[in-house]
Amino acid sequence: MTMTFWQSVATIAVVAIGTMLTRFIPFLLFPESKEPPRFIRYLGDVLPYAMTGLLVVYSLKDVSLVSGSHGVPEAIAMLAIIGLHLWKKNMLLSIAGGTILYMVLVQLVFV
Amino acid sequence: MRTGGGVRAKAFETALPLTLPIAAGFLFLGCSYGLLMHAKGFAFWYPVCMAYFIFAGSMEFVTVNLLLSAFNPIVAFLLAIMVNARHLFYGLSMLGPYRGTGWKKPYLIFAMCDESFAINSSAKIPADVDRGWFMMFVNLLNRWYWIIGTAIGWLVGGLLPFSTKGIEFVLTALFLVIFLDQWMGQPRHVPAMIGVLASALCLVAFGADRFMIPSLALMLALFVVLRPYLDNPHDDTSTEPKVGEPIKTANETAMEGESR
Repeated sequence: MTMTFWQSVATIAVVAIGTMLTRFIPFLLFPESKEPPRFIRYLGDVLPYAMTGLLVVYSLKDVSLVSGSHGVPEAIAMLAIIGLHLWKKNMLLSIAGGTILYMVLVQLVFV
Repeated sequence: MRTGGGVRAKAFETALPLTLPIAAGFLFLGCSYGLLMHAKGFAFWYPVCMAYFIFAGSMEFVTVNLLLSAFNPIVAFLLAIMVNARHLFYGLSMLGPYRGTGWKKPYLIFAMCDESFAINSSAKIPADVDRGWFMMFVNLLNRWYWIIGTAIGWLVGGLLPFSTKGIEFVLTALFLVIFLDQWMGQPRHVPAMIGVLASALCLVAFGADRFMIPSLALMLALFVVLRPYLDNPHDDTSTEPKVGEPIKTANETAMEGESR
C-alpha cells in the first residue's frame, strides 16, 4: 500500500460521497412537493425497460467473442433461460436452471 | 386493519423469494471481492466498510486499484460519479414508485443498486402488500447479502469444497428474466430495444471499461428524438396515483403471472 491510513480513508470517503450523489441527485432535484416536468415523467416511464436491457449487456461486458470459448456457454445458457422462461414462466426456475447449466458448461464442457 | 407487524411480515414474505437469486449472486461476488481485498493485504475493515458505505460492486473493485495507486481524491470522486452514472437514471425511474414512502425513502435511495432497482421497478406488487415495506425489504436484504458476502470472502474465501466457477452468471440470468417479463408484459418494445442496442453498440465501439457513459448518453438522445412516438399523454393519470392507492405505472404491469 502506498497510501497512509488517512489517505485511504479519504479515498473511500470521496468514492462513497460520489456514489451517493448519483443515487440522491434525482430525488433532490425533484422532491415530492414539486411536480417533475412532463419530460422527466416520460423518462421515468421508458427508462426502466431500457435500463434492464442495459443491465443484460452490462453483465455480459467481459465476455469475449474472439477469445476463450467465444461466448458460446453464455449464448447456450441464455437460450436455455429464454426457452425455460417462455415455457414455465417461473422466475426462480429460469434463473436457477440457466445458472446451473452455465456452471456445468464452464466447469465441464468448455474448460 | 392489520397490525404493523403483520404488514411487515407480509411484505417480507413477498420480497424474500424475489431476492434469492441475488443472495446467490451477491454472496459469491461479495466473497470474491473480500477474497481479493485479503489477497491485496487490506485489513478486514476495508472491504466491509467499503461494502457498507459505497455499496456499488463495480466501483468497489475500481477502488481497490485506487487505494493501491497514488493518492488522488479528485480522480476518485469523478470516477465514482462516472462509473455510477446509471444510478441517475434509476432515480428518475423511481421518482414515482418511491413517492409517499415517508421515512423509508432516504434508505430506499441510499441502498439502491442494479439488482434492487431491477426488482422494484418491475415487480408486480400485490395490492394487499405494502409497497414501501416491500421495496424496503428488497433493498435491505440485497444490501446485507453483499456486506455479509464480503465479510465471509475476507474471512474464509477459497475454502469452499466445491467449485463455484460460473456462479456469477446468476446476475445475467436475473436481468435476462426480468427483461423477458417486461418484454412479455408490454406491447411496446422500443424502449427495451433501445436499452439493448444502444449499450451493445457502445460496448463494441468503446470497450468494456468505457461504454457506460456513451450508452447512457445515446439512450437519452434516442429517447429525446423518439419522444413524439413514445410519450403518450393519455397515460398521464397512471403516474398520478391517488392517496392510498398503489402506484401503477407501465413498468409495474410487467411481471404479471410471476412473483411467486
